[in-house]
Amino acid sequence: MMLFKALAMTFVPPFRGRNVIKQMEFVGVKSLFIVVLTGVFSGMVLALQSYHGFRKFGGESLMGGIVALSLAREMGPVMTGLMVNARAGSAIAAEIGTMRVTEQIDALQIMAINPIHYLVVPRIWAGILMVPLLTAINILVGVIGGYFVGVILLGINSGVYMNKMVEMLELADLVQGLVKSIVFGLILTLVGCYKGYHTSGGAEGVGRATTEAVVISSVCILIGTYVLTSLLF
Amino acid sequence: MIRLVNLSKSFKKQSVLKDLNLSIPTGQTTVIIGRSGGGKSVLLKHIIGLFRPDEGEIWVDGQDLVRMNEKELYKVRRRFGMLFQEGALFDSMNVGENVAFPIREHKRLKGSEISKLVAEKLELVGLSGVEEKMPAELSGGMRKRVALARAMALDPDILLFDEPTTGLDPILTASIDRLIMDTQQRFKMTCVVISHDIQSVFRIAHNIALLYEGKIIVEGTPQVFQQSSDPIVREFLSPLCR
Repeated sequence: MMLFKALAMTFVPPFRGRNVIKQMEFVGVKSLFIVVLTGVFSGMVLALQSYHGFRKFGGESLMGGIVALSLAREMGPVMTGLMVNARAGSAIAAEIGTMRVTEQIDALQIMAINPIHYLVVPRIWAGILMVPLLTAINILVGVIGGYFVGVILLGINSGVYMNKMVEMLELADLVQGLVKSIVFGLILTLVGCYKGYHTSGGAEGVGRATTEAVVISSVCILIGTYVLTSLLF
Repeated sequence: MIRLVNLSKSFKKQSVLKDLNLSIPTGQTTVIIGRSGGGKSVLLKHIIGLFRPDEGEIWVDGQDLVRMNEKELYKVRRRFGMLFQEGALFDSMNVGENVAFPIREHKRLKGSEISKLVAEKLELVGLSGVEEKMPAELSGGMRKRVALARAMALDPDILLFDEPTTGLDPILTASIDRLIMDTQQRFKMTCVVISHDIQSVFRIAHNIALLYEGKIIVEGTPQVFQQSSDPIVREFLSPLCR
């Protein structure tokens, strides 16, 4: 219901461009460090695990392709979704929840300002726009991390590594990852807003809403990635 | 004139308002008193359309809020201002931005005109020059004053106060009372105040309504209350007799 209201209100003036940019900075720019960090290590560990697996039947040369494919289709969007959820989804629930219990949302309504329009719409757009961008960055740095482990540390030929990556990775894989990340961006902001908006019971209620928002979004992201994979392939 | 007719509201199985009737005259201060947790804030939130009653009607100058859709309600709300118990200031904005917020949202004014209006409203509540302070830097009394300045930003006809003096010392309580009286007299607003503080009630009220077990059981001027022999009224007025 909140999603439909928020989507309908997206096209109702006034357009809160400044608010959307502020939320994009919060959801996107401020999550950059953690997304880059997890991206690098995801790529590195993927490379290391696949090297040990493929070595058993002499398939080390496939490593570049497998790392890039896993990152683009699955690890990139899921890791980014989970990380942004832990950082921004929880903060959204806590902020809106605090506004609810301190009557700031009632104050908005009394000032004849629709809280869904003012609070929820900019956050949902920030999620939809910034999570795919962060995912793209996560995939890119993951690939660099994988290259570092595969080529520099494990001594796989650079040409073979890159060649397999280009050969196996298709545009459709990247598109699938980005489609997933758009859905994850929507899930984590919507659940954060919903749980915050319906908070009751003071500080304890805010804590509960925040925890529930993170848990529900994380589970939805993991279930969502399976559903989307089966739908998109 | 605000009229509440046969208003009933329950939360889950708990009945909070039961067939309540109340008339609030225009241009006067009506104070609603009653037990803590007795439904006074719920009643106030019905008057402004934040809660929908299970049954009954809420008339504001001939318009029934209960029959209105959300869009119509938002239009009517522009005539209201409300001072919340804890102020409900936006903690991500400074004082100036808080007071300017409703003006920015509803009026097309230049930045300099908005700043001038903000300064005027803050002067009205005796807090000139605090525009840059954050709500967290303010004392309880100052927060309520800033919240009152924000509530008055759009020059409302009707001002609602949810326990404006709770948690304040007697000196601050008296100053908030003076502020309510001055504001009401200066702008001839309709004020609806919820209060526990009986001394404060008798300072500011033109009319008093006693909410008891979900109903208004006594309604009248302060003199009517002082002369009442109703045991529940006497119990509420007992702090005055000490």
